[in-house]
Amino acid sequence: MPKVKIPTPLRQYTGGNAEVEVGGATAGEALGNLASEHPGLRQHLYTGDGKLRSFVNVYKGDEDIRYLEGQDTGVADGDEISIVPSIAGGSAGGRCR
Amino acid sequence: MQTRQPLVESPNGALELSNQEIARYSRHLIMPEVALEGQKQLKAAKVLTVGTGGLGSPLALYLAAAGVGTIGIVDFDVVDESNLQRQIIHGTSDVGRPKVQSAYETLEDINPNVEVRVHEEALTSENALEIFEDYDVIVDGTDNFPTRYLVNDACVLLGKPNVYGSIFRFEGQASVFYAEEGPCYRCLYPEPPPPGLVPSCAEGGVLGVLPGAIGTIQATETVKLILGIGEPLIGRLLLYDALGMRFREMKLRKDPDCPVCGENPTVTELIDYQEFCGIPQAETTERENGVPEITVGELKQKMDHGEDINVLDVREPHEYEVANIGVRLIPLGELPQRLVELDQDEYFVVHCKTGGRSAKAVKLLQDAGFQNVYNVKGGITAWSDQIDPSVPKY
Repeated sequence: MPKVKIPTPLRQYTGGNAEVEVGGATAGEALGNLASEHPGLRQHLYTGDGKLRSFVNVYKGDEDIRYLEGQDTGVADGDEISIVPSIAGGSAGGRCR
Repeated sequence: MQTRQPLVESPNGALELSNQEIARYSRHLIMPEVALEGQKQLKAAKVLTVGTGGLGSPLALYLAAAGVGTIGIVDFDVVDESNLQRQIIHGTSDVGRPKVQSAYETLEDINPNVEVRVHEEALTSENALEIFEDYDVIVDGTDNFPTRYLVNDACVLLGKPNVYGSIFRFEGQASVFYAEEGPCYRCLYPEPPPPGLVPSCAEGGVLGVLPGAIGTIQATETVKLILGIGEPLIGRLLLYDALGMRFREMKLRKDPDCPVCGENPTVTELIDYQEFCGIPQAETTERENGVPEITVGELKQKMDHGEDINVLDVREPHEYEVANIGVRLIPLGELPQRLVELDQDEYFVVHCKTGGRSAKAVKLLQDAGFQNVYNVKGGITAWSDQIDPSVPKY
């Protein structure tokens, strides 16, 4: 099964696990299964109408799936899928400075 | 030795090093990759560090020590006790002082040959281009999304490299966004996450040494760009996981449809980045979805009068250990499963650290049918400030 690397901000939804094995033949299926197994992740990965959020980047190995076949990108056993979210840093308020 | 066009041309005879400077930079001068010419390039270079916090501290310290001739620092904040765990450019005696003043003094002490230019102001769409104009490299050490997009767009519009670093808890990212040669920040992240969805360091915490690792990478990339040596992080995103102690690298590509650096850009001047990041909208929603509140003063009164109220603390057990006011702990994450323990006809007051999580808890309880639920405004922090200073603030 492909492995999905979970970034720190999202680990609270995977029981603290940094890596989760999920079934699926494509990146999209694997992410969908991930969200089903860990429902808390869903709103962080998908918009209300089920699209992958634009600030969540998904990589297969070191390639952005946007430049492969998107969610249809094939994944096999042992492939590493990484979720790379945008992180900003310290500010709580998101002030413009 | 150069592998690429240096960002700063060699000043040759226009700029000399004193004997004292030659002694100071001897470990650079004996390396052929830097040598006398490179040291002069560093001296001629002008670098702007946006922010003098976690990332800006190590970054500015190393750039000053390395002999970057002009270092600009932008910040409007003052040094807070809670900064000292990671913002090593400031000391205990600087608490309460403007960060740029404290940073200025530290940098001048490390290397008096450096001209430190202080910009004690918030970076805005109105002043960014004017401030950036004079610098060769911009280093992004900011802590929020609106400023990151602002820094990116200003760099793209001015054709300057943006040395990027970002940190959260145990994880960091670094890259060089240089639209002249590769992708920009928007090619990687076209849109910011909605406010509140991604926790900040103030909520999620950050390992104190983490910005040291990332800020030092940013300083390294800055020096390499100035000298034109090695391979810069252009087109690559470096991910650092301090817990696993692993570095990984992702490929970045220039997005031909990028709104700012793409083939047909739609962003041709600086915009309102607060608006772009949804901050005003989120604040309005927050106001409209407001939950009933109680001040710490009112709560104290009720407790003193022995009123029949249930006070809940919805923080995490490790926070409870640091500071608590002796009330029942049900972490927010456990609340949905533990509603059965609570009687919805009773009166509830909920607190957390500063009021954010407890507001969510109040909403959750209301949605579950609880009628009398109040959020403690300002959380245990306000309690410590106004009621009982013996409760530590963290």
